[in-house]
This record gives sequence, C-alpha cells and structure tokens, in this order.
Amino acid sequence: MTIDIDQFHGVFFEESEEHLDDMEQLLMSFDVDAPDAEDLNSIFRAAHSIKGGSGIFGFDELTRLTHVMENLLDKARNRELSLTIDSVNLLLESIDVLKETLSAYREGSPTPTVTIDQRISQLENSIGIALTESSSNDSEDGFGFFDDEPTVAPVVETTSCDDDGFGFFDDEPVLQNTQEETESKAQPLSSTAQEDIDGFGFFEPLNFNEPESKDKEDKPVAPSAKDSPQEYHKAEAPITPSVTTRPLQSRKEHPAKPKTKDAVSIRVDTTKIDAMVNLVGELVITQSMLSMIGQEVEGAIAERLQLAIDELQRNTREIQESVMSMRMLPLTSTFNRFPRLVRDLAAKLDKKVDLVINGGSTEIDKSLIEKIVDPLTHLVRNSIDHGIEIPEQRIAAGKPETGTIILSAEQKGGNIIIGIIDDGAGLNRERILAKARSNGLEVADDLPDEQVWQLIFQAGFSTAEAVTDVSGRGVGMDVVRRNIESIGGRIEIESTKGEGSGFFIHLPLTLAIVDGMCVSVGNQIFVIPLLNIIESFQPTASQIKTLGNDSVLHIRDQYWPLVPLYDYMDVENAQRSPTEGIVVLLESSKKRYGVLVDALVGQQQVVIKSLEQHYRKVAGIAGATIMGDGKVALIIDTDSIATTYTSRQLEELLS
Amino acid sequence: MSDAVLQQTVIGGEEKEYLSFVLGDEHYALDITTVKEIRGYEQVTKIANAPAFIKGVINLRGDIVPIVDLRIKFNVGEATYNEFTIVIMLNIQERIVGIVVDGVSDVIRLADETILAPPEFGVAFDSRYLQGLADVEDTMVILVNIERLVTSEELGLVAPETVTEDA
Repeated sequence: MTIDIDQFHGVFFEESEEHLDDMEQLLMSFDVDAPDAEDLNSIFRAAHSIKGGSGIFGFDELTRLTHVMENLLDKARNRELSLTIDSVNLLLESIDVLKETLSAYREGSPTPTVTIDQRISQLENSIGIALTESSSNDSEDGFGFFDDEPTVAPVVETTSCDDDGFGFFDDEPVLQNTQEETESKAQPLSSTAQEDIDGFGFFEPLNFNEPESKDKEDKPVAPSAKDSPQEYHKAEAPITPSVTTRPLQSRKEHPAKPKTKDAVSIRVDTTKIDAMVNLVGELVITQSMLSMIGQEVEGAIAERLQLAIDELQRNTREIQESVMSMRMLPLTSTFNRFPRLVRDLAAKLDKKVDLVINGGSTEIDKSLIEKIVDPLTHLVRNSIDHGIEIPEQRIAAGKPETGTIILSAEQKGGNIIIGIIDDGAGLNRERILAKARSNGLEVADDLPDEQVWQLIFQAGFSTAEAVTDVSGRGVGMDVVRRNIESIGGRIEIESTKGEGSGFFIHLPLTLAIVDGMCVSVGNQIFVIPLLNIIESFQPTASQIKTLGNDSVLHIRDQYWPLVPLYDYMDVENAQRSPTEGIVVLLESSKKRYGVLVDALVGQQQVVIKSLEQHYRKVAGIAGATIMGDGKVALIIDTDSIATTYTSRQLEELLS
Repeated sequence: MSDAVLQQTVIGGEEKEYLSFVLGDEHYALDITTVKEIRGYEQVTKIANAPAFIKGVINLRGDIVPIVDLRIKFNVGEATYNEFTIVIMLNIQERIVGIVVDGVSDVIRLADETILAPPEFGVAFDSRYLQGLADVEDTMVILVNIERLVTSEELGLVAPETVTEDA
C-alpha cells in the first residue's frame, strides 16, 4: 500500500495545533481541587490524538512526549492520581514544548530534543512510576494506537468512521462494565451515544495500518485491532455490551464540535480570495464597459451581441456574489464553542446558567472571526464568573434560579454588533469607583454610568474581591478592549444594578456586504445602509419647519432633525429645497433624523471597502464601495453623521 | 588604475533611478521604486471635509485610493484637468496614493554624489520633504522625499497615530 503520506502532514499539523490549543485552554481552566472528569478526558483525548498522528507520520519526538503526558493524564482521569497545580503547570509547559516541536517538524528544523527529554523526565517523576521502558518502546515502533484504549473493542458500531481526522473519543461516556477490569480502565464509547453523533473520527488514522504496536503485548484486549479497521467494526459490532450511557450529555456537547464541516471544506489562503474579490470587481467593470459598447453596435450582429452580453452580465453577477460570500462565515462556528464553555464553567462555579444564542447566522469576515474569539471567550467567562450570581443569591433577589446569558449578533448601521448579555448582578458602580481611586485615577462621584463602566478597561483594573482562576473582572479587560480596537471595533457596556449587564462589541463591516439604498446628491452617489432607513418620502412644505437656521421635519407629531446631505458632504449642484428633494428618515443607534437627498437611485448589495486602507477615517463615512460603472460611492455612517453634525452645528452657533 | 576602478564601483553602487515630473514650471523627481504606475487623470469621488488638495478617491482595481493634487498643495502651476493630466500612483508603506502632476518627463539615473543639498527655502516644497537638487542636462531637478511627504501629518493622508516620522 503506497500512500503519499506527506499530503496529510498539513492536516496533521493544523489539527495538532487545534488539539494543543484545546488542551491548553482546558488546562488553563482546570480546577485541581475539583477536577472535571470531562475536561480531563478532553485533554487526554487531545494528547492521544496528537500521539496517534505523530506516530503514524513518524514524528517520534512528539510521540515520546505526548506518550508520557498521556500516561499522566490517564492516571489522573482514572483517579489513580490527582493533578496538582504543579503537574498542571508541567503539562502546560509540555504543551509549549510540543508547539515548539510541532513547528520544528513543520519547518524541518531540529527538534528541541533536550527540552523534550527534560519534560519527559519531569513528567515521569511526577507520575512517580518508571515508565522509561514503555516509552522507549513506543517511540521505536511508532507507538501503539490502542495502548490505552483496549476497551475500544466493544464500542464500535459507528457508521461514520470515515469522518475527519483525529477527533478520537469526542464524547466517550463513562462505561461501567467488565472492561474496568482491564489494565487501563479506559472509558470506552457506548454505541448508543455514538449513534447520536455522527461526526466522529474514530478510525481514520488507522488507514495507514501502522498502529499495531507492541502494546498489544501489555494490553491483551487491543490486538483485535490487528485486522483492518473496517472489518473490525463489523466483526465487533454485534457484541456491543450493554452500557451505562450518558446520551443526553453527548447530545448537548455535539453542537460544540461541528466537525463534519471540515469534510466539505478546504482551507484557502485568504489573500487568494482577496485577490479574487478585486479581480471580480474588475470583471464587473469590464463587463459594464462591454455592454456600453454593445449598445453602439448596429445591424444584424447587434442583437446577438446583446444576448451574449446579457448572458455575461448574469454570469458575472453570480461570480461576484459567490466570491463575495467566500470570505464571509457565519458566526455560528464561533458561537458554538460557548455552550460547552458555559456548561463547564457554570458547573465549576456551582451556578446555573442557560446560554441563548441569537443571530448565529450573521456573517462576518473570516479574519474578524479569528480575532473575536478570545475577547468573546473572556467576556462570556466574565459574565458567568462575575455577572451571574449563585442560585441562592438569585432566589433571594427574586430572580429565577437559573441565570441566562444571551449571545447575540446582528448587523446594524454599518456595524456588526455582538452582544454578551447576562441577567446577573450588574456592574458594581461603587466598587469600580473605589478601585479607580485606589489606582490613582481622579473620578467624580457623579460620573455618568457609561464612563464608569469604561473604567474597567483600564489596565490592572480588577474589582473582583478574590481573583479566581476563572477570571477577575478587569483582569485582561484592557486586553479585550485592545483586541477589539485592533480590528477597528469598539466595546460598549450597559449595566443595571441587580438586573444584569450587557457588553456590546461593535465591529466594522470590513469587506462585509451591506444592503444599501443608493441615493444621488448632485452628481455623487451615496449608499445608505438599508437597515438604518425607516422610510423615505418627498416632504410637503407644511412638514418643514425652521428652527433658527436649521430645518426640522414635523412628521406624525414628532420633530426630526433634518441633515441636508449636500451640506454635510459638501456637494455642489445639489437639490437644496427639501420639498423638491427626497427625505430619508434614518435611525441610528444614537439618534433618529432625516437626511435630504436629491433622489433615490435604487437598492443594491454593495461590498464595503475600507477607506482607511489607503487613506484615513472620514467623519460620516463608513466606507466606500465600487459601483457597477467602476466609480466609487461612499457609504454613509449614520451614527457618525448624527454625532458630528450636531457638534458642527454647535460650533457654528458658538463662533 | 585602482583609483579609477574604485571610483567606478562607488558610482555604480550608489546610482539610483528617479522618475522626473513637471509641476508648473519646475522639474521634480522621485524615487522610482515607489512608483506603482502612471495613469491619466480620471473622475474622482469627492470626500467631504477634506482639504482642497485631496481631490477625492478613485477605484484602482478594487482599491479605494486617494488622489492628491500637489499643484494645489504647493501652489505651483494651475490645477487644470484635461486628457494630458497625469496621476502617478505611488506605493508607500503598503498604501497606495495617487499624485496629480502636469506631466511625467523621464526616468533619470543619478549617483548620490551628484545630488546637491537643497536650499533652505525658495522652492515650493518644504525643505523637510526635499532630498536634494540635481542638474540634468542643464535643468535643475528637485528630488522629493516622497515617502516622507506622503506620510506627513501635513498632507493628512494617514491617520495621525500611524504617522511615522522619518519613515
């Protein structure tokens, strides 16, 4: 059997990195006093998957170290020993070494053998068992896939073993049967649980048929894996023992790991997609040039040309749409990691928390997704740790015992707003002010709430009475803000004492597609995000009132400020009389007002391009877009117009 | 002989190419490695509340690129726009900027030692943005430090916090 194994290296590296990240994350949140069996299992599985893969590909250094880590973890999850803070730290350090080794293998540079040896001996010491022999065995023969999982035999009734990568034991529920007698006491999967879950990479790594290792000598149950994995499945399936399962839990966990997705997607360098987006833009322009020329052609050929051009137009539009959508990913993938996190954390903190996810289908640029994960995780953890009270307190406060955290996303006003809202205790104004003072900040007692909340983003600002290992409000909030600002976003806080608090991350729509209304002012076209538009109409003279030098609109018993766009945008030859033009009523997150434009041109989807890339941020403008004729149209930022227009008016009044 | 060889290598090593252009009656030149391309002037989309010398933005194959008219900024020549008006597209610090000039004349090769220090005043450009002066076929050519000019706060093309002095 000759398989070009190199082609799988990339996948292995990426998956191993993900596993390492998972392990790290889990270990970071690991509570040594109350070890979470599920966490331990996850960490063990991650180590095991890396070991499996590295064994197959012959990355022996990785195998050696992960094997020892795995031994330690296996003992820990079988309660043979309990992890101490030291051993957790040691594991974390080992993960760092693994990362180093991984990138060494990836780049083909020498692996840090000395450090690995060091870690191995440290780990072995901490296990307190001389494992030297077995570990050297393993590294020789490329390791045994099943060494610690002899009980897999009864497990496999899955039909989805050909799924992705190394998600080895994703959901293994505890099995209480005869297998416990076996040496390793692994917790095999129950067949029932497995049927619930189809995204399972059980045996795929075995396609390379290497894993029949020496371990079978130690662990006599394993050798049944000698046969080809598929046959093995069939053979063993009927004798699946009855097991005690936790199917409910398995199901709950499932959405947290939508692994099936990988099977139908490929990883593409985003710069390639960017280049494609730009090229398609060019294509659209060329096509519209062509149709203009086509109109000049006369005679018999004109009709045929026109038909061809129409066809081209349709095709280009479709290409454009699909290319645009390539960079955009729904937030679901990000949000789906939170149910797990919330559950684990709530359990750890003895709190009851429900997580509600809204608007997961909101699409956001891929590059933003990657950068939003950490701040989001931090905020959700904060909400659970500090926001939601313990059940007794909640009941005492007359609130339902179970707290709720709402994770929401929506596109609004040229922004994507991601909200983390809890119904907990709310921010403690007094404590924040006191902390600010003790940090040497001068703050007034009557500081508006909004400004008080912003204080928690100061570096070194933790108001948590006891800093837990989970989070301390303020610890890292400055990092959260910096991360968000680095992608051009901002964060706002709303909080009511006793009722809860909400953190709202406003992200720019870089490269996002927005539904816009194109309006003309003079000879310029502007795009107003459709989401902000309430209605548009031609006002009658009676609806326009003057207030000083400014016009206001009087509609349905309400007065609306009127912003003439020609004035704000400094456009010549525009319609100046409101009754001759069109008024578009807008609703921004801050204010409601009308803008005066010459005419409505039409509604279309536009791609937001950043002005900042080659220029700078401009007040009142969210970005630019390229119209079908290749010209640039500016996209209006309704929030910014509302704030800057007022301040400009004030300035004029004062001068 | 060894002297001659030495001199030659020095000149050969230090010689750089410059693109010369015309603003009004004066001849200027800039480091050709910053030039992305040369285009005719096309209709721009005006940007509100920008200084007059920022004509607006254009679509350069999908990039929204600002266009600066140096004639307005430095008050040289007349800011007219016709089919002969030229825009030099510059690629500076991963940004693209177009500058409007009256014409592009030539690519010139200059050795560093033939470049003379600029006068403290007397040319339209602030001496901070000048690299020096050179004589090319009896014409004085003003070498512009275009990178410093484009990233300067004065031009306001770059948001202040990202302006790097001496970039």
